[in-house]
Amino acid sequence: MTKKLNARTITNTELFYGHKACGGCGESLAIRLAMKILGERTFAALPAGCMSAVSFIYPNMAFTTNAIITPFAATGAVAAGVSAGLRALGIEDTNTVGFAGDGGTADIGLQALSGVIDRDDDIIYFCNDNEAYMNTGIQKSGLTPYGAKTTTTPAGKNLPGSITSKKNMFEIVAAHDITYAATASVGYLEDFMRKVQKAKETKGTSYIHVFAPCPTGWGYEANLTIDLAKQAVDSGLWYLAEYEDGEFTLNRNPKEFASVEKYLKAQSRFKHLTEENIKVIKDQRDKKWQKMRKNWVR
Amino acid sequence: MNKFICGDDAIAEGVRLSRPHVISAYPITPQTITVERLSEMVEDGSLKSEYIHVESEHSALACAMGVSSVGARAFTATSSQGLLYMAENLPYASGARLPIVMMNANRSIATPWNIYGDQMDSMFLLNSGWIQVYVEDAQEALDMVIQAYRIAEDKKVMTPVMINIDGFVLTHTYELVEIPNQKMVDEFLPPIDMIDQKMSIESPKSLCISAGNDFNFEFNLKQNKDILDSEKIIESVDVEFGKKFGRYYNGMVENYKCDDAEVVLVTTGTITGTTRIVCDKMRNEGKKVGILKLRYLRPFPTEKINKILKDVKVVGIIDKNISFGYEGTIFTNINSSLMQLDKSPKTINFIGGIGGKDITKGNIEEAYELLFKEMNGEKQDRIQYMNVRCAK
Repeated sequence: MTKKLNARTITNTELFYGHKACGGCGESLAIRLAMKILGERTFAALPAGCMSAVSFIYPNMAFTTNAIITPFAATGAVAAGVSAGLRALGIEDTNTVGFAGDGGTADIGLQALSGVIDRDDDIIYFCNDNEAYMNTGIQKSGLTPYGAKTTTTPAGKNLPGSITSKKNMFEIVAAHDITYAATASVGYLEDFMRKVQKAKETKGTSYIHVFAPCPTGWGYEANLTIDLAKQAVDSGLWYLAEYEDGEFTLNRNPKEFASVEKYLKAQSRFKHLTEENIKVIKDQRDKKWQKMRKNWVR
Repeated sequence: MNKFICGDDAIAEGVRLSRPHVISAYPITPQTITVERLSEMVEDGSLKSEYIHVESEHSALACAMGVSSVGARAFTATSSQGLLYMAENLPYASGARLPIVMMNANRSIATPWNIYGDQMDSMFLLNSGWIQVYVEDAQEALDMVIQAYRIAEDKKVMTPVMINIDGFVLTHTYELVEIPNQKMVDEFLPPIDMIDQKMSIESPKSLCISAGNDFNFEFNLKQNKDILDSEKIIESVDVEFGKKFGRYYNGMVENYKCDDAEVVLVTTGTITGTTRIVCDKMRNEGKKVGILKLRYLRPFPTEKINKILKDVKVVGIIDKNISFGYEGTIFTNINSSLMQLDKSPKTINFIGGIGGKDITKGNIEEAYELLFKEMNGEKQDRIQYMNVRCAK
């Protein structure tokens, strides 16, 4: 392992800047930091979504490294092709990386991602999860949580916003027997950076699912992104874990959960939730954590 | 060296000789023999490519785009539903100017389900910004793979090429094919060199970018101009190929006995072979018939077509496709071309071969005779359906 990555040790060189993302964007922060760790010999593949929309607007390109927009469903397949092409040309010591959103990963891009993991293509795949299709204007994705109001899951007299819960992407990926997978959060950046470094050193496919709040889509002030990303983990609505050598490890196991209500009420997408709705959310959380604490703590 | 092989085998031989870096493909009838042969060639080491078993046609072309984006040579192959499944990636690849070569085994489109040959699939993608070539026999199929890489990778073209080969009638029929010598192919087809239009460590790039309403039109115009201009490259590559390998295919279109012809049939792909037999027979009977073998549908060789057809009395256009609610697509294109003449020949559309329905020598002869009737003032329906049993 190289030296511990933190605010003091990470490079000041920027490889992703000048893009047009909203202030407080969690997703662009994840890419910025990941690129610092992956370095200049990185080839990035980004599907349709916020990050490609804000960083490839002719003639202003936000990546100083090589980068390509892929068809929405094809992040994994294009990245696999880039990686294979580089290998076939004998170009060594490179990283090929996919940066997709939650919809681009858990919905439309799932099949191509599954193919990548199945073949153990040498790429790092990031799912930047902000829990809805934000680029098109906040529509529900397979990673939208229960109770979230989006423009296609309105909250009203009859429905509490989204009535489905987040698809369990981390374990779906792990079930492929992937070489390395992790969940992370932009609220815990040292943990995230450590995992990016680990993925970089992994031969074969690795997957990092990073929780990345979105002020525009969630309805909160831009300066609260990091705070909310932390609260999500602390309240048990997200978790930090790894899958390696066929074993799950829970990286952060709080003795007591922080307030779910505080996390939810800070965001306009959850403002409408009743006590009953919140109980559903807590029950789901407890069930999940019971299983994780039983099987993933060592 | 000669080998007795089928059309799919011939494509695989052409790919082997063209040495792509990476092959990404998903199986679909009637393309499968090609990808099976390629897998065997990779396994036995006679082809030093990576073979990526993608999980769908969408990924097959997307993966090829990734390969091509770093300046490596990519090949993929598909057919029918598979072509339509990857459809959004076709304009994507051509807009990014990635010189991919793809074989499409022309096959019917569901529903009704059918695995046999017509040309409905590739007609859907006529507007995708790919160069489209149609081949008549297995030899031409093999030769066109080699030519296709030369054309696609030409600095002035930088456009992907789709090689269309009729399902079953050509993919699964056997003939004696001359396999060119590898050294001669290497001389004809140098290693790919994309220079500027690729991602590289030395000169990093952003590819497949966005261009808003201010710039988008110009990108599209440049692409259209380069595809139109690729006619010259296509012609010169074919001439050079002819000199080196002794087989010249007449570039964009072949004029078969049209010079003094009164009636001509326009053909694409394998139906040309059947039509040649009938044409020769009728010529022996003193009838002035000819064939315009249309090899490329994009770019569309308007000037060459008009030059051949300008003095013909009646032209029949065989379409193995229907643009539902209108007519055969090649018919529409030929008519648009002929309208540019001061005096345009009469045209009649022969739609046939849909879902693999046979087009016999008898059907072709009937078509020629019908054109003569029209020529002699006996008015015929504008659209004719070949060899059908139901009411037209």
